[in-house]
Amino acid sequence: MNRPVPLSALTALARRPPVRDGFGVGLAVGFSGLAFGTTAVASGLSVLQACVLSLLTFTGASQFALVGVVAGGGNLVAGAVGALLLGFRNTLYGLRLSELLDWHGPRRALAAHGVIDETTAVALAQRGRADVRAGFTATFATLFTLWNATTLVGAVATESIGDPDVFGLDAVGPATFLALLWPRLKEGGRTLVVALLGAAIALAATPLLPPGAPVLLASIAALVALGDDGEPTASERSAR
Amino acid sequence: MTLWAAVLVTGVGCYLLKYAGLSAPRALLEHPLVRRFALAVPVALLAALIALQTVADGNRLVLDLPRLGGMAAAVAALLLRAPFLLVLVVAAATTAVLRALGAG
Repeated sequence: MNRPVPLSALTALARRPPVRDGFGVGLAVGFSGLAFGTTAVASGLSVLQACVLSLLTFTGASQFALVGVVAGGGNLVAGAVGALLLGFRNTLYGLRLSELLDWHGPRRALAAHGVIDETTAVALAQRGRADVRAGFTATFATLFTLWNATTLVGAVATESIGDPDVFGLDAVGPATFLALLWPRLKEGGRTLVVALLGAAIALAATPLLPPGAPVLLASIAALVALGDDGEPTASERSAR
Repeated sequence: MTLWAAVLVTGVGCYLLKYAGLSAPRALLEHPLVRRFALAVPVALLAALIALQTVADGNRLVLDLPRLGGMAAAVAALLLRAPFLLVLVVAAATTAVLRALGAG
């Protein structure tokens, strides 16, 4: 920034709902880096490897997938492929976000690193491009900072942190996604059908496919939305 | 493949996957079918993640009562229009209490 920004302007910015949402999500989810750092080092990664993985990959599911294979003594190529399979859903998110964010050049290259579940969910919950961008950026900045800081802390302090499940932290991930998806679910109709079908497909595929694949397979539930039943949903209208 | 190579391939590959989506040709998105699909995909994927993170453990489906209780509490909080962070606190606290009580 070239000019000094008055404090009141910053305060007003922080009060904007998309920034507040993004900050809240970043705070809520960012601390799960503790769990990742802990798991990574317990699985046999060095502290440096755990931190580099969080910095470069910055998509939790892929990171946990790779680390899980390392822990199980599995084939590292299969581990990396599994992680990339999981990362492919970010491509689908990007497809959606590209027109909402409408960023180009270096800004797009930077924003690409932040295209993940949480930033997408916050961005989709906003109305209007300015709010979409503000929500995306606030979530990305908060989450990236915390995720990497807590990965380091978790990795360094592996032995002393104990079991995060004791604090119910395993419920925070799904509850986060549920809270973020809630406004879309309340649209009902076709959106609700897509969500329920997506969950059902993933659950049915879980015993049959390697971890990571069921989530991707669930994207075929979105084909339901291709049928034109007249009225566009609220989010379709806002996207126009 | 060494562990370092796996870490770097995963990191760089995941970035390129994100960038590819964000840089998809605009014409592709102007098709109404692609547009509707792209709108619905995050809903399907997030719903799948919710389901799997609630009941899946690797290749198994596991009914963990404290976690299910936490999710039920989250739904109740959402129905009562609780703010976002409160929903998460309620979910974690319910799960922690049920687990401490030995439910599962």
